[in-house]
Amino acid sequence: MDATFIFSQAVSGLTIATLLFLVASGLTLIFGVGKVFNFAHGSFYMIGAYFGYQFSAVWGTNFFLSLILTGICVGLVGMLMEFLFLRRIYGRANEGGFQILMTYCFILIIDDLVKLIWGTEYKSLARPPGFQGAFQIGDTFIPTYNLLIIGIGFAAVILAWYILARTRPGRVARAASVDREIVGVLGVNVPLTMTLVFGLATAMGGMAGTLAAPLRTVTPGAGIEVIIDSLIVVVIGGMGNFWGAWLGAILIGEVTAFGVAFAPKWATLFSFMILVIVLIFKPEGLFTRRKVM
Amino acid sequence: MTNDTARRISATSLWTIIILIFALVPIVTTSAYKINVASHILVWGLFAVSFNMLWGITGMLSFGQALYYGLGAYSVGLMVDYLGSGWFLPAIALGLVMVIIVSFLLGLLVIRVGGVYFTMLTLAFAQLAWQITFKWYDFTGGDDGIQGIIPPGILENRIVYYYFVLVIVFVSIWILKRMAYSPFGLILRCVQQNPARVRFLGRRVRRNQLRVYMVSSFFAALAGSLMAGVDSSIHTDMLFWTTSGEAILMSVLGGLNQFFGPFIGAAIFILIEDNIGARTEYWPLIIGSIMLVMVILFPKGIVGEVLRLKAWFGKNGGGRQP
Repeated sequence: MDATFIFSQAVSGLTIATLLFLVASGLTLIFGVGKVFNFAHGSFYMIGAYFGYQFSAVWGTNFFLSLILTGICVGLVGMLMEFLFLRRIYGRANEGGFQILMTYCFILIIDDLVKLIWGTEYKSLARPPGFQGAFQIGDTFIPTYNLLIIGIGFAAVILAWYILARTRPGRVARAASVDREIVGVLGVNVPLTMTLVFGLATAMGGMAGTLAAPLRTVTPGAGIEVIIDSLIVVVIGGMGNFWGAWLGAILIGEVTAFGVAFAPKWATLFSFMILVIVLIFKPEGLFTRRKVM
Repeated sequence: MTNDTARRISATSLWTIIILIFALVPIVTTSAYKINVASHILVWGLFAVSFNMLWGITGMLSFGQALYYGLGAYSVGLMVDYLGSGWFLPAIALGLVMVIIVSFLLGLLVIRVGGVYFTMLTLAFAQLAWQITFKWYDFTGGDDGIQGIIPPGILENRIVYYYFVLVIVFVSIWILKRMAYSPFGLILRCVQQNPARVRFLGRRVRRNQLRVYMVSSFFAALAGSLMAGVDSSIHTDMLFWTTSGEAILMSVLGGLNQFFGPFIGAAIFILIEDNIGARTEYWPLIIGSIMLVMVILFPKGIVGEVLRLKAWFGKNGGGRQP
């Protein structure tokens, strides 16, 4: 228990946090703009990992190029799903429940399609050349690949901030999250905005999957683990709250990293404990001012 | 009034037919496998009907009823495993008491948030319970589950146990039906449609939500503990989120707005699974696609659509003018 140990755990926590944020921010963005809870968001993370494996390990594309290609492909799949299916049940009675049900069907379908295409055995993806080593600090090693993930995540945060705060599509998306109807009345194509937001969010989830693939194994069923962690992040940060998701991800990432170091078997319990505490004292989310109900 | 009476008679006769069919199963067939499938339908039917109290009637979509289903199963499994099969029935009772306590405490937490949050939190807590059961190998047997749960005394006989399940399931469903059509059930429907007005009427929304959450969990646990005896074994999968998901799919397949829809849904679901699932490993893909079509085209479920067809034919035939 010394400074270098704490530092290396903190870095590993930030890595987890970055991956979590890439998934959770998409989840919260979709919910904020369209009031859709995309239960299948974890499945996009999973197909992201498989696409990354296919591009990079099978077809031998450069890792970073396959990262971008994965983002594009997964985003297209997401937009297709929104356009062909989810759009048909907007505005129905008991809409929230049916959205969850429909996206649940997608979890089942996507999981099985992945098994059908890639088989059930674990796949692994090598780290990109140049990021296979590790820094030595004291007597602990910090993999450079983790730093790469944190760097990419940080860039994604800044890019997302720029899009949301400084560009017209971002402003439209934010406005739609406040009041869809009025934005529509002002002449904005709200359904199109929704499809684009869906594409962007699923693309981020898919890229997170590719980035995580060298660290974790690529397996069908990875989606549900991710969706539960992201869900905790999103509830802690406040649903629909972009920055809340970022802070929530850092909190859960660090807690998980230090939890794994001290009590490996029960590490997941800690994030649940935070969730329970937040729910008791501030159910609308730690970083949000608006009340849920 | 006569119309109402007629409807009541037709509902009663429908139930009589269903109960008769299930009562006749062990007489018609001696196949242990078919009796097992029939028991599965009964137990899942109770689970789905209890789940529908939450979603279909009160509008609270829980994705975590597997928690209680598994809790019921594990209380029976663990006590029989550690203390002997004489504890089978006390274990069911103890499991139900535990579920009342757990669902009360957890209910206080999860109903604080509405809508999607409720769904996701129930899911999160059920997954937590699954993880604990999965990792606590020394106590729960982890991934191996618990085998050899034999009901005591006369219940050891497969056919006697089948009738035991049959009686408990239909008595429970009858209680739930009485509840659904009582003033309490009426308030639950109001909670789904307009919580604000329920408050205007001087009724407490949260208290009623908590009550129905506890009722639903109670009967889910009862279904789980019966299942421990049906298969003589339990597994961590009973707590897994797919178990909650199956109860949801069954309810929607049968029809959310009909009280007996989920039961019919459970029967059809299990019969399809029994026939198709045995031939292909891609059963989730098939049921996922079926349900996707159901959600888009037939959200009322099989029972709902059949009733609509019946009403439509009735109108066209001109025989049944109100």
